[in-house]
Amino acid sequence: MSISLFLHALEQGLVFGIMVLGVFITYKILDFPDLTVDGSFPLGAAVVARVIFSGGDPLWGTFLAIIAGSLAGLITGLLHTKLKLSNLLSGILTMTLLYSVNLRIMGRPNIPLLGKMTLLREIKNYFPNLSIDYLIPFFFFFLVIIIKFIIDYFLSTEIGLALIATGDNEQMIRSLGVNTDFTKIIGLCISNALVGLSGALFAQYSGFADVNMGLGTVVSGLACVIIGISIIKIPTIFWRTIAVLIGSLIYRFLMIIALRYGYSLGFKPSDLKLISVLLVIIALTVPIIRRKLNFAERFNLGRKDLQNDNGKEV
Amino acid sequence: MLIIKKLTKYFAKNTPHETLALDNFNLSIRKGDFITIIGSNGAGKSTLLNLISGTLQQDKGEIKLSGEVISNQAEYKRARWIGRVFQNPLLGTAPYMTVEENLSLSIKREKRGLRLGINKNLRNFFREKLSELGLGLEDNLSKKVGLLSGGQRQAMTMLMATMFKPKVLLLDEHTAALDPESNKKILKLTQDLVEERQGDLITLMVTHNMKQALDVGNRTVMMDRGHNIFDIQGEERKKITVEDLIRKFSLLGDRKDNYVEDRMVLV
Repeated sequence: MSISLFLHALEQGLVFGIMVLGVFITYKILDFPDLTVDGSFPLGAAVVARVIFSGGDPLWGTFLAIIAGSLAGLITGLLHTKLKLSNLLSGILTMTLLYSVNLRIMGRPNIPLLGKMTLLREIKNYFPNLSIDYLIPFFFFFLVIIIKFIIDYFLSTEIGLALIATGDNEQMIRSLGVNTDFTKIIGLCISNALVGLSGALFAQYSGFADVNMGLGTVVSGLACVIIGISIIKIPTIFWRTIAVLIGSLIYRFLMIIALRYGYSLGFKPSDLKLISVLLVIIALTVPIIRRKLNFAERFNLGRKDLQNDNGKEV
Repeated sequence: MLIIKKLTKYFAKNTPHETLALDNFNLSIRKGDFITIIGSNGAGKSTLLNLISGTLQQDKGEIKLSGEVISNQAEYKRARWIGRVFQNPLLGTAPYMTVEENLSLSIKREKRGLRLGINKNLRNFFREKLSELGLGLEDNLSKKVGLLSGGQRQAMTMLMATMFKPKVLLLDEHTAALDPESNKKILKLTQDLVEERQGDLITLMVTHNMKQALDVGNRTVMMDRGHNIFDIQGEERKKITVEDLIRKFSLLGDRKDNYVEDRMVLV
């Protein structure tokens, strides 16, 4: 694997890592499989592309993308809590409506950003002596780490703990004085704000925004979360956010390897979605199969292996 | 004072399965009262508790706590005055969160903000409270609650329901799902925690155990088909025996659901 391929995977793993942190908050913390992500990722890209394309400040555009993402989460949250739609349906509805919204924002299906002033170029201008090959991964790395620590802190605050409890035992936390409609909406807003930011950065990094670029974001996000959490099993928030980021890096490395070397096996780029779904299925079923095969564990199911009755990890 | 006035609750209203769970139910409870509530299945005991806590909404009637009407407030708003313990020990705690996280969730019941949920002072406070339970939990503050036994979890729930000094404590058969040993411990803990408040607390405890209903508390209410049919306290209550209560039950008529359950008599 060449160094440029390695950097490429690293950068993508970090940019998408922000989205993965968002998926982690809804899927793992809130226990809410949020499909909005497939719409809010291109939404972030569309907003920033539109701003940059019409000559606006990329930083401002990125900020707007974060706001737009959180509004997408707000819509899903309101559909679910106020109109009592199921979590899956709320996400699907928002995702679908965002397709039209994204086309409206961009005015056309695709906006190229090559040669435009993006956030990454602005940063490059601050450090004229550094090679862009190393500057970009460093920038993404610091950004992701800062976001990770903000999330860690937030999840240890009073509201953050209430949010975790909403996904863990909703009936209990309501009887302890938490408006769970509010915590769910907050969680969805934060999650989709992160996804919007990820989309905005990816658009500036790859040099285009496309209305179809969100397809399969949820699945890849889930794959990263599941891979990460099945590798690092320390159940504290600090380690779990690290785990999902590592999951994101591993996933992107696998994808880039599949793209680079898959030709010899007869794979095409269009097979990537199939591969990522297979990855999700494998990552989800390996623990179950392993448990079935492991007789010692099978007859000793109890508190030792940190499992409860549902087989969910503690 | 907790005043329950003409409280009425239907289930599946306007359908062929409509049932009247509470029918113009009245009850006035003084500060310091510890009421045990008995009644057969479907008498409306749990419904009453769920209406007081706000888990269910009444169809008619109102509930006043210290002069304020609370029956129109959302469950999460009433939670700042009301502590609850459920029958199922798994319901009262969050399994994937740690002991200290669970306790911190219960201590502050309104205006949660961006301050850290747990700090050094709180941790010391939790440790002190947990050591009073005598279950060794004070050394396991960062253990996931899902790893504790049912009895330990119920003891934690008891602590979480009383630690924040509520005005009302609702106990819904909270010892019924435990083994005899834990059952005794939790009941003892209940009495200790109520006593600690020195008459500053209103306690309602639903139970199926007749002996428990007379041994614990200072007042006993028997419910049947959504009515308060029997309400004793003081000298009158001291004289009554488990046998008298069972006779009361059998006098309720010969409906098929009105059998005296084994567990009411078993001690």
